[in-house]
Amino acid sequence: MKTVTLPVAYVPLVDAAPLIVAREMGFAESEGISLDLIAAPSWSSVRDMLAFGRVDAAHLLSPVPIAMAMGLGGVTTPLSAVSVLSVNGNVIGVSREIEEKLRDAGFGFDFTDPVAASDALSRVCSKPLTFGVPFPFSMHVELLRYWCENTALGADGIEIRTVPPPLMADALAAGDVDAFCVGEPWGSVAVDQGAGALLLPGHAIWQFAPEKVLAVRTDWAETEPNLLGRLMRAVWHAGRWLSRPETRTTASELLSRKEYLDVSPELIDRALSGNLTVTSRGEQRHVPHFVEFHAGAATFPWRSQAKWIAHRLGRSHNVEHDSVAHVFRADLNRRHIAPTGSDFPGASEKVEGSIRLETPVASARGQLTLLPNSFFDGRVFDPSPKD
Amino acid sequence: MPSQLTVVVVEEDRDRAIAIVDALKNGADCNVHVIGNTSGLARKIAEFAPDIVLIDIDHPTRDMLEELTLASGPLDRPVAMFVSGAAGGLAQTAIEAGVSAYVVDGLSAERIKPVMDTAIARFRMVRQMRNELAETRRALEERKVIDRAKGLLMKAKGIDEGAAYALLRKTAMDQGRRLADVAEALVTASGLLG
Repeated sequence: MKTVTLPVAYVPLVDAAPLIVAREMGFAESEGISLDLIAAPSWSSVRDMLAFGRVDAAHLLSPVPIAMAMGLGGVTTPLSAVSVLSVNGNVIGVSREIEEKLRDAGFGFDFTDPVAASDALSRVCSKPLTFGVPFPFSMHVELLRYWCENTALGADGIEIRTVPPPLMADALAAGDVDAFCVGEPWGSVAVDQGAGALLLPGHAIWQFAPEKVLAVRTDWAETEPNLLGRLMRAVWHAGRWLSRPETRTTASELLSRKEYLDVSPELIDRALSGNLTVTSRGEQRHVPHFVEFHAGAATFPWRSQAKWIAHRLGRSHNVEHDSVAHVFRADLNRRHIAPTGSDFPGASEKVEGSIRLETPVASARGQLTLLPNSFFDGRVFDPSPKD
Repeated sequence: MPSQLTVVVVEEDRDRAIAIVDALKNGADCNVHVIGNTSGLARKIAEFAPDIVLIDIDHPTRDMLEELTLASGPLDRPVAMFVSGAAGGLAQTAIEAGVSAYVVDGLSAERIKPVMDTAIARFRMVRQMRNELAETRRALEERKVIDRAKGLLMKAKGIDEGAAYALLRKTAMDQGRRLADVAEALVTASGLLG
């Protein structure tokens, strides 16, 4: 098998781990590909590099390809999300000023209860809170909106503004934003810089939120099925490797390198272990499945996940959202991951939010267990068309 | 006669901003504003009500401009990322030159072209200068590390500078690595052991 070099764009974040591990631990090599990983300074830049053919695949925010299919944003090249790269992994945090107010009001920073957190925030803040997020089309935005509209803060209680995560600490200090929702390591960086405290993990709002996807141009997926399959399997193996607890130290060291995240391995280990330091006083909280790369069919792009995202985007932006669920390519995922011997769910859609406990489900080999995917308010999202 | 186009350039480096503005004023009939401080970027841009927004493709604050593409965004007319189809291969050329452009809805390709041509030429020049500067810096850094590695070898083995350099070079060749990488490894290891 001749080795083919594939250029792949990513943003230096903990959840780019499957791509970095696929390259560094030989999973790409054993599929006969060499990953040329290109770190991008912004999500628009990742999207443009992919849309205009500078790269063949990308680490992308899960709502981006769906937003593009709905005609939102500047670029509309059809993209396919062929796998989910990571589930969960975001954190919501507040400025030092609000942290102090919350503490004075007796808030315990439990890092688990979205209802209590929203209550406490709405009590200590008089004006609408401004949240910084990395991109207008992101799980960050959707989780924030979902959380606020169903709790004390209310739908009008927050404003959302785009702030690149590396600039979040400055934006907090300058008073441009009061709070933020970012992916790791940026939440932990904010805590360590004394810029703020962490309030909730994304997991507390939705226990199984598809965070980043492996995206390719739809026409490329059609013309290069063989290369696509090799890429998808390499990344799938990397995700499985990452899910083994004994690989955590190695993974943190790899990601911390200057050419990747360029932060200390200890900071990266917090996300990978789910042991987060939530305040600059060093208070620690543990979150199971804080970020998930493999377990519970994490990499399977459920069409119902795409429908939830499309439904939310359609509501916020007042646009048509039927028939965009196909952007999540359950079909290609089954076809190309099957040679690994992985087990697949029998269905490609599920009622999102309906799994309260780890549940064995109908699958090709009968060995698949899905992880809880509840929303904090107990509501469910039924993807089937309503008549 | 349509009114003059309003162009906003987002650029923090003052000298670079001046160079781009001068080029645009000479090359195309337009009004140019520069935004240097990117805090609250989308709002600042909206105040100028621009027809075209230009920003370095590698600028981390580019994502803030995405808000301008939304109908509910801060501009009266939403802008779109300037893409091919609007003016042939111009978008591709722009991306290669390192400039991304956001253009308001409904602006014709003929009106965009002179601005884009000028911007592309200027950004290409800026990018080339920046690459050269980065290359010079890197060479200087490597030079420093190699000098330190030479010093360590001279002290540890009691050899002269020429012999220390030859030893580094031979090790690099034997291991198929770059001289600077071998030197860096040695400096790091010595830091750990010392």
